[in-house]
Amino acid sequence: MIEIDNVHKSFGELEVIKGVSLQVKKGEVVSIIGGSGSGKSTLLMCINGLESIKSGSIRVDGTEVHARGTDINKLRQKIGIVFQQWNAFPHLTVLENVMLAPRTVLGKSKAEAEALAVKQLTHVGLGDKLKVFPGKLSGGQQQRMAIARALAMSPDYMLFDEATSALDPQLVGEVLDTMRMLAEDGMTMILVTHEIRFARDVSDRVAFFRNGLVHEIGTPDQVIGNPQRPETADFLRSIN
Amino acid sequence: MFESTFTWNDLQFILQGAWVTILLTVVSMIIGTLAGVVCGMARALLPRSTIPLAWLLDVFRSVPLLIQFVLFNALKSIVGLNWSAFAVACVVLGLYVTAYCTEIVRSGVLSVPLTLRRASRSLGLTYWQDLRQIVMPMATRVAFPGWINLLLGVMKDTALVMWIGIVELLRASQTIVTRIQEPLLVLCIAGLIYYVMSLVVARLGARLETRWQEND
Repeated sequence: MIEIDNVHKSFGELEVIKGVSLQVKKGEVVSIIGGSGSGKSTLLMCINGLESIKSGSIRVDGTEVHARGTDINKLRQKIGIVFQQWNAFPHLTVLENVMLAPRTVLGKSKAEAEALAVKQLTHVGLGDKLKVFPGKLSGGQQQRMAIARALAMSPDYMLFDEATSALDPQLVGEVLDTMRMLAEDGMTMILVTHEIRFARDVSDRVAFFRNGLVHEIGTPDQVIGNPQRPETADFLRSIN
Repeated sequence: MFESTFTWNDLQFILQGAWVTILLTVVSMIIGTLAGVVCGMARALLPRSTIPLAWLLDVFRSVPLLIQFVLFNALKSIVGLNWSAFAVACVVLGLYVTAYCTEIVRSGVLSVPLTLRRASRSLGLTYWQDLRQIVMPMATRVAFPGWINLLLGVMKDTALVMWIGIVELLRASQTIVTRIQEPLLVLCIAGLIYYVMSLVVARLGARLETRWQEND
């Protein structure tokens, strides 16, 4: 379970998160929507400790993410994250990209890591690209590789930071399909997304962020289908 | 019309000089690269606290190498160090290479996008694992052409050690020129040897680069 409790976060003078609280239960899929600068991507970075927080607390399975004694590298093993820029390691093949963390972090043997990587890459439909370098792949394929790379660590949680925003329109579908597959497998997921229809389809709950706060939260049918607050309705209208 | 008093012995003498040039280049490149990697990583990763280091290394980059040789040689006598001229040459050239290599490594490390490092850290890699597995291999590819340039430059800069009494390729050639009075021929031979040595380095470097580029 991820418990976010009254989190504040600033970059210098600029306060981007102004007291966000949110709980995500095991097996739940929560989508975060909202305009740019609303603090939604930053919140994801705070959840796995890539960004610090000013005050409040974030607990993952009871472990305080930003506490001094927390072994953050250990904690990150159970939180996979997929970025907007897919961040393939260009000097490694697709297979090596996925094998890297299981080998380095979990200390698996080469054979074990390879079997694991092949399984995950096949799962996302890249079974025939194992020996290829990422530079030769399309954006959609690189993003699916990034998903496989995160999954190879057998995470309990997956965070998606606008995973399809940097993709050409015709490549968005294949990545969304992969994410949908994960959701159906019961993965606990937090999605920051602009794909409203997708969010409505796969999410258990949707949160609308505005000015660094959770402005409205509820089931997809409530928040997207019948928004209670005028700003939410305005936002949904503005992106359609 | 092509009669010459250049003998087989003269060629051997020049080749011995070339060997000294190679030794000086290799030793100073090893010293300078090891130190340069350490200093360059420190400069890139801890830019604030290593500013004094940058000032120090700037001295070695800015003062002509000839002056450094002569000054260090004089310093050696004043302090009373019983070092050979070759050791002095290696230290001075080593520092010179360190200064340049530091900048080459620094720019290589800084070329690795921060987002890639975040991605590797998000997978659970520690700071050092990220440096070793992601930053260093990627920085190496960026820094390599600059490093080869440095190597080729240093090979020619070693000629300045003649001023502290070491006989290397250029000095050996000059000795023979003085004796047989055929500067064109002898300098062509010396130049050809420099050229061949450089060519080998450049070709090996290019081959490695192509292999890396095939992946992109």
